[in-house]
Amino acid sequence: MTIDLKTVKHISKLARISVDEEKANKLAGDLNSIFTFIEKLNELNTSDVQPLTSIAETTLRFRKDEIKSENIREKILKNSPENNEDFFVVPKVVE
Amino acid sequence: MTEITDLTLNEIVTNIKKKKISSTEVTKSFVERSEKSKKLNAYITENFSSAIEQAKKFDENPNYELKLPGIPIAVKDLFCTDGIKTTAGSKILNNFIPTYESTVTQNIWDQGGILLGKLNCDEFAMGSSNETSFFGNVQNPIGENLVPGGSSGGSSAAIAANLTPVTIGTDTGGSIRQPASFTGTVGLKPTYGSCSRFGIVAFASSLDQAGPMTKNVKDCATLLEVISTFDKKDSTSIDFKRNNYSSELTKNIKGKKIGIPKEYRVDGMPVEIESLWSKGIEYIKDCGAEIIDISLPHTKYALPTYYIVAPAEASSNLARYDGVKYGFRSLGENLIDMYEKTRSEGFGEEVKRRIMIGTYVLSSGYYDAYYLKAQKVRQLIKKDFDDAYKKVDAILTPSTPSSAFKIAEKTNDPVSMYLNDIFTVPVNLAGLPGISLPAGTDKNGYPLGLQIIGKPFDEQSLLNIAYSMEEKINFKNKITNWWM
Repeated sequence: MTIDLKTVKHISKLARISVDEEKANKLAGDLNSIFTFIEKLNELNTSDVQPLTSIAETTLRFRKDEIKSENIREKILKNSPENNEDFFVVPKVVE
Repeated sequence: MTEITDLTLNEIVTNIKKKKISSTEVTKSFVERSEKSKKLNAYITENFSSAIEQAKKFDENPNYELKLPGIPIAVKDLFCTDGIKTTAGSKILNNFIPTYESTVTQNIWDQGGILLGKLNCDEFAMGSSNETSFFGNVQNPIGENLVPGGSSGGSSAAIAANLTPVTIGTDTGGSIRQPASFTGTVGLKPTYGSCSRFGIVAFASSLDQAGPMTKNVKDCATLLEVISTFDKKDSTSIDFKRNNYSSELTKNIKGKKIGIPKEYRVDGMPVEIESLWSKGIEYIKDCGAEIIDISLPHTKYALPTYYIVAPAEASSNLARYDGVKYGFRSLGENLIDMYEKTRSEGFGEEVKRRIMIGTYVLSSGYYDAYYLKAQKVRQLIKKDFDDAYKKVDAILTPSTPSSAFKIAEKTNDPVSMYLNDIFTVPVNLAGLPGISLPAGTDKNGYPLGLQIIGKPFDEQSLLNIAYSMEEKINFKNKITNWWM
């Protein structure tokens, strides 16, 4: 299969990465060569194979649902791109 | 006269414990040498003056019981360090100062280690040559304009150039072992679940592991002992009985069975790699171990599988970089526009390429054809190893299909760059431990490594085999200080 310009633009929307025309063309070329390489997997019949979903073969541990860190609001907001002592600030969402 | 910076970790620790040298002297030596080595571009963030202050404090009140008593250590800039900028080699994290510490680095400081600085790496650990870093490529101390490997390229350059006694990297598809091989140093990727992933900037969570990068096998065992701990903060951390790797280290590997997989004899592999591998087999026989031919039939599907699984996980992990809560933000006309511009300007080309691959293989209508397919093939790759380990204790392969290449040689062809990881990627997919050991040089004198792959949680056997081979190989890295 081939990945055309339209598909590249669709993926870039899904990935929330804006690409201009020139970049989209280059990406289409790169992605096509990568997917040609990836499609080697189609040689294999895997209809009877269970997918490997976890390499660590353990069941997830349960723990009590309790608060362990308190008063970390400052820490959480410390790296916020726009300063506001109470909230994360983003462009206006509701008109 | 031998300089302090020429010494191994264990030699420095012994000298500090015997009070022959102080932590301050050691730290100053590494700082001084690092200052003279800026041309290598190994560091992203230097912590030199603070390190010397901490060394002085250690000397005022030394604790010689610790495993890393007053030892300065630079680490890959993928480990979050409390109060010290952590970039993952990306513009998008160029202003990020964590308010917490990764478990692996905390383990190092708890044993007396002192942070010397944060080392360069490929952006979000995506690369095999350190050329995708926002902070520029790193020079390989072996020769000018050679790549140091990647993604832990700053780490491999720093250890080979004696800028730090030991260091740590992370390995998702070969990012510790390939740079170790390119720089004539030792690098170990532990079993998945051995070292906590808490506080490590995530790339592909089912593959990522932290591990030691050192000058020799003994140092590797010492550092692994420090960083490998069970951690409740990582849901995939495994609570198993860890060995005292350094004190249990032995050169006695008599009777061990070592497998040689025929599928690793790939087309176009340089003769030098082939003959290095044959020499490795002879060394193992000399050590008293037994060689057994094995087959890992799905080896050729490992890279295509990896290039579905890793980007898929990356596209999901990197969704958090949206310019809202931390990191770089580009102004937009509205929220969506801000996301798109932030991510477009904040990520480099390779990272964007992989996010796009990941987004595509996970998107509606393609999930079964790509992601599910890859998970099934991953199962087959793991089964290959499970079957092999019924017959052998460990597996010997080359670490890489070539020696270090020139800067800019492969940047225009992503697939040829990906082929670098052909021998290392299967190990991550199967969650196994693997070590790269320097074993010889090519016709240019560039180092070549051999990889030993072990059974899950059997890092001790891996280290023992490497330790006994190391003595036979007697590799000496030729570093000329050309950059000074």
